[in-house]
Amino acid sequence: MTSGVLTSWLKQPGDSVRRGDIIAEVETDKGIIEVEVYSDGLVEELLVEPGVKVPVGTPLAKIREPGETQARPEASAMSSATQAPAPALESAPVSGASGAVPPDRLRVSPAARRLARELEVDLAGVQGSGRGGAIQLDDIRAASDRVGSNARAPAPPALEPADTKARMRAAIAAAMSRSKREIPHYYVSTSLDVSTLSAWLDAHNAGRPPPERLIPGVAFVKATALALREFPDLNGRWEQGVVHNPEIHVGAAIALRGGGLVAPALHSADTKSLGQLMIDFRDLVERARRGQLRSSEFTDATVTVTSMGERGVETVFGVVNPPQVAIVGFGKIVERPWVRSGEIRATPVVTVSLSADHRVSDGHQGAMFLNRIESLLQEPGAL
Amino acid sequence: MTDAKRHGLGLLRQLILVRRFEEKCAEMYSLGKIRGFLHLYIGEEAVAVGAMNGLAPEDNVVATYREHGHALLRGTSPEAVMAEMFGKQNGCSRGRGGSMHLFDVEHRLYGGHAIVGGGLPVAVGLALADKLRGRKALTACFFGDGAVDEGEFHESLNLAALWKLPVLFVCENNRYAMGTALERHESVTDLSRKPAAYGISAEHVDGMSVRAVEQAVRRVAERVREEQRPYFLEVMTYRFRAHSMYDAELYRDKAEVEDWKSHHDPIAGFIAELRAEDVLSDAELADIEADVARAVEAAVRAAEEGPLEPVADLLKDVYTEQQGLA
Amino acid sequence: MTTKTYREAMHDALERALHEDPRVFLMGEDVGRYGGAYGVSKGLLAEFGPERIRDTPLCESTFVGAGIGAALGGMRPIVEVMTVNFSLLALDQVVNNAATLRHMSGGQLSVPLVVRMATGGGKQLAAQHSHSLEGWYAHVPGIKVLSPATPQDAYGMLFAALQDPDPVFIFEHQLLYATEGELDVDAPLPRIGEAKVVREGDQISLITYGGSLHKCLTAAAELERSGIRAEVLDLRSLRPLDLDAILATVSKTHRAVIVDEGWKTGSLAGEVAAILAERALYELDAPVLRVCSEEVPIPYAKHLEDEALPQVSDIVIAVRQSLEGRG
Repeated sequence: MTSGVLTSWLKQPGDSVRRGDIIAEVETDKGIIEVEVYSDGLVEELLVEPGVKVPVGTPLAKIREPGETQARPEASAMSSATQAPAPALESAPVSGASGAVPPDRLRVSPAARRLARELEVDLAGVQGSGRGGAIQLDDIRAASDRVGSNARAPAPPALEPADTKARMRAAIAAAMSRSKREIPHYYVSTSLDVSTLSAWLDAHNAGRPPPERLIPGVAFVKATALALREFPDLNGRWEQGVVHNPEIHVGAAIALRGGGLVAPALHSADTKSLGQLMIDFRDLVERARRGQLRSSEFTDATVTVTSMGERGVETVFGVVNPPQVAIVGFGKIVERPWVRSGEIRATPVVTVSLSADHRVSDGHQGAMFLNRIESLLQEPGAL
Repeated sequence: MTDAKRHGLGLLRQLILVRRFEEKCAEMYSLGKIRGFLHLYIGEEAVAVGAMNGLAPEDNVVATYREHGHALLRGTSPEAVMAEMFGKQNGCSRGRGGSMHLFDVEHRLYGGHAIVGGGLPVAVGLALADKLRGRKALTACFFGDGAVDEGEFHESLNLAALWKLPVLFVCENNRYAMGTALERHESVTDLSRKPAAYGISAEHVDGMSVRAVEQAVRRVAERVREEQRPYFLEVMTYRFRAHSMYDAELYRDKAEVEDWKSHHDPIAGFIAELRAEDVLSDAELADIEADVARAVEAAVRAAEEGPLEPVADLLKDVYTEQQGLA
Repeated sequence: MTTKTYREAMHDALERALHEDPRVFLMGEDVGRYGGAYGVSKGLLAEFGPERIRDTPLCESTFVGAGIGAALGGMRPIVEVMTVNFSLLALDQVVNNAATLRHMSGGQLSVPLVVRMATGGGKQLAAQHSHSLEGWYAHVPGIKVLSPATPQDAYGMLFAALQDPDPVFIFEHQLLYATEGELDVDAPLPRIGEAKVVREGDQISLITYGGSLHKCLTAAAELERSGIRAEVLDLRSLRPLDLDAILATVSKTHRAVIVDEGWKTGSLAGEVAAILAERALYELDAPVLRVCSEEVPIPYAKHLEDEALPQVSDIVIAVRQSLEGRG
C-alpha cells in the first residue's frame, strides 16, 4: 500500500482530540482505514480535502499540543504519524546533561565539535569565543587544558534514583510502543552448532587473565556486523523507502541493575577486532551501569544485538528499536543432541533469531542473513 | 558488364541501401529501440550518394545531424551505424553520440554536428591543417539551408576564401529550416548568390539526380584541390519525411510532399533512367533489393546483439587520460 | 634564472614553442602586424611569417572553430582570443565542439587545441572588457582551464597545455602582463591540475588564482604585521581543481577565505566553498568566506571599479572576520 483516498473527516478545526481518537477515514486498496491520533491537542487545520488521494506519510492535519504555540503536522496518512514526544531511547540519555543546553543546539564549529569528542570535553561547559559565542578549536583546547579532567564530562546533575528509573521506563515505553505501532515485525530463527566457536574461544582464552578473555557475545556482535555488510537493508532505516546507513554501529543491549535496559552503540563494529570489541563492550557495560554513557552512544546504533544467554533462556525475539529495522537475538549456549555426518553427538548449540521490519526486508532475506551469521561463526579465526 | 553499367548499379544500390536502412530506422524507432532525435534523409539520398562518389578517400567530410547516409556511403558499416543508434558499444561512437553524432575517423568522417552551422568552422580548420601540412585533400562540408542564416556560415566562407582553403561547401537545400520555409528565413532565397560576397564561385545542382550531383562534385572537387580555394554547391533537394520523428508537419502542404514524392523521387527517377538505358533488369533490381535487405537485417542483428558500454566507463573519453576530477 | 615580465614570459614561451614544433601556429585578432592586443606576440610575425602567425578576421566563433578543426587535422594551434568578453562569441565552438568531440565520438577524436585569452578588470575598461568569466569555462567537462599568475607559470603552462592532448584554455589576467618575476626556462613543467602553496601560514587559508593572487599576497604580508599567519594557495588550474591541495591547506588552518574576481553568485569561489562543505566540514573552525566582485557590470569610473572588484582591504577584513574571537 502506498497511497489512499481521504474519505471523511471525523473532527473539524477547533475540536479537541485525545490520543487514540479516530480523526479521519482513508480508503485504501486494503479497505477503509481509520486514522488515529497519537497525541492530545486541538485540531488546528485540516491539510487534505476529502476525495484527495495522498501517498502514505502525507501529513493530513495540524494538531496543536497543549502548551504548543505553533501546531505541527500530525495525524499522517495511515499510521506513519509524526512522532509524539521523541522516543527517549534515541534522544534522552539516562544521564544526560539535563537542564543544560543540549549539545547540538550550541554554536560549535564542526572542527571544534570533533575535537571535543576526541578530548571528551563536554561542550555544555565551554565558553565560546567566536562570532556569536561560537565555540572554536581554541576554546576546546583551552577547556581541555584548564583543569585537566575537571572540565571533561562533568558529573551530570544528580537525579533522584526513582526519577531516573521512571524516566528510563518512560523512554523504553515510548520507543517500544512506537516500534510495535509502526513497525510490522517478522521473525525468523535457527539453531546453530557453535562447537568450533567454543573450542576456538577456549583455546584463545586459555592462559589469558580474565580482562583479556573473549566472551561468545562479542563473536556474535562481530558476526552480525560482518553479515550486515552483505545485507545493508537490515542495517538501514525506513524513510518512505529503505535508506542504508553508511556505517555499522551495533547497539549492545545491556540490562541495568535495578531494572531497565540500554543498547549503546559499538561503533563500526564490523571493522574492529574481537579484542577491541571486547574492550569496548566492557567499557560500555561499565559506564552504562554507572550512568555515564555519551549521548551519541544512545543514538548512533544502526542495529541491535541482544544476548540473553546469561539469563538462561534459549530464544529471544526482540522488539526492533526504531529507527533501526532489525534486532538480532542470541540465546543461551546449550548442549543438545546434534546430528552431524549421520552421528548423534552432544554439541553446543545456540539459537539465533531475527526480528525485523517487514517494510524494509522480507523473511527470505532475513533467513539468508541468519545463514550468513552461521557461516561466519563457523570460522571464528576470521572474525 | 560494362564499367558504366557496374557504376550505375552501384549508385542504385547505394541509394536503395540508404532508403531501406532509414525505413528500418523509423521502424526501430517505433519499437523504442532507437530513441532521441531521429532525422531521416529519405528523399535526399541522391545528394550524399552523388557527393560521396565524387570525393576521394583522403578528403575530409563534415556533416550535419541528418547524416546516416553520409556515414554509410563514406564506408562506415551499417552495423556500426545501427548499433550507434541503439546506443551500443559496437556503435561507431560507442553509443555516446546516437543518430546525430556519427563519427568515423578511419573514413575521415568528422561528425555528425547537431548545432546548425557549427560544423562549418571545424571544416575550415581541417582544410587549414591540410594546407599547412601540404596534404592534397579537400574538406567537404555539408549543411542545410537553415545554416545559411547563421553567422558562422558567413564567417566560415569569409575565412576560407581569405586564406584560400580547400573547402567544398555543400548546401543541401531542402527548402525548410526545420519547419520554416526558405522564403520565410532568407531575404535572398537563391543561396548560390551568397558566396559571391566572399569571392567564392558557386553553382546550383539538381539534388534529385544522383548523376548530376556526382558529376558536379567530381568536377568541382578537382578544382578545389588543385586551386586550393573554396567552392560552393547549392544542391536542390527535398525531404520526404518529417524533420524528426513525431513532427506533425503543420508547416507544409501534404500535396507539396506528395508532388515531390511522386514526381521527383531520386530512386524511382534513377531506376527509370537505368531502364531507359537498358542497363537494369527486373532481376537485377530484385537482387539489389535482396542484397540491401540482408545488409539491413545484419545491421539490426548486430545492433540488437551488441553489448552496452559499461556504466563504469561513463567518464571515459571526456579527456584523453581519465583523471580524478571533482 | 632571469627576471621577466609576464608578457615577456608568454612571448618567449610562444617563440620557443614555434621553434620547437612545426605543428604549432598562432592565430587570432591582431596577433601579427599589431603584435597582439597586449603585445604578447610582438615580433613573432617577422620571425615566423604569416603562415604561422595568422591575423584573423573578427570572427571569434569561426577562428576558434578553425582551431578545433586544425587540431583535429594534426596541427597544434594556439588561438588567441583578445579577451574573455569576446570569447562569448565562440562559446558554441568551445562548449559544443571542443569539449564534446572526444567523448561524443567514442574516443575517436581528440582536440589538442590551446586557447589563450585575457581576463579580468582593473584598467577602467568598463563592462564589456573587464569581466572574469573563467569560472564559466571551468564549469564545462571536456576542456581544461588554467590561470597562470606568475611569469614562471605563464611560460610553463603554455608548454603543459601544448603537450596536453585535450583542449586547454589559458586565462591571463590583464593586470598581470606588466608584472615581473623570476623565470627559469629549464624548470620542470607545471602539471595541469596542481595548485601551489605560495606562502605558508597556519591560521587561515587564502585560496585564489590569477589576478587575485597578488592581492592575496599583499594582504597576507599586511596581516603578518598584526601577527596573523595566512597561507596563500594559488589554484593555478581551475579545471581540474586540485582537491588535495584545497583540503590540505584547510585541514592545516581550519579557516578559509576564497578570493575570486568573478561575481559571487555561481562563482568558482562557490565551487571551492562547496568542496570544503562536502569534504572538509569537520576541519572548519569558522564559516568559509568569499571575496568576489560585486554583483554589477564592472563600471568605468575608477572609484566605482575599485569598489566593484576585490581589493586587498576586502581580503584583510574577511580574514579578520573569520578570525574574530581568536587570540
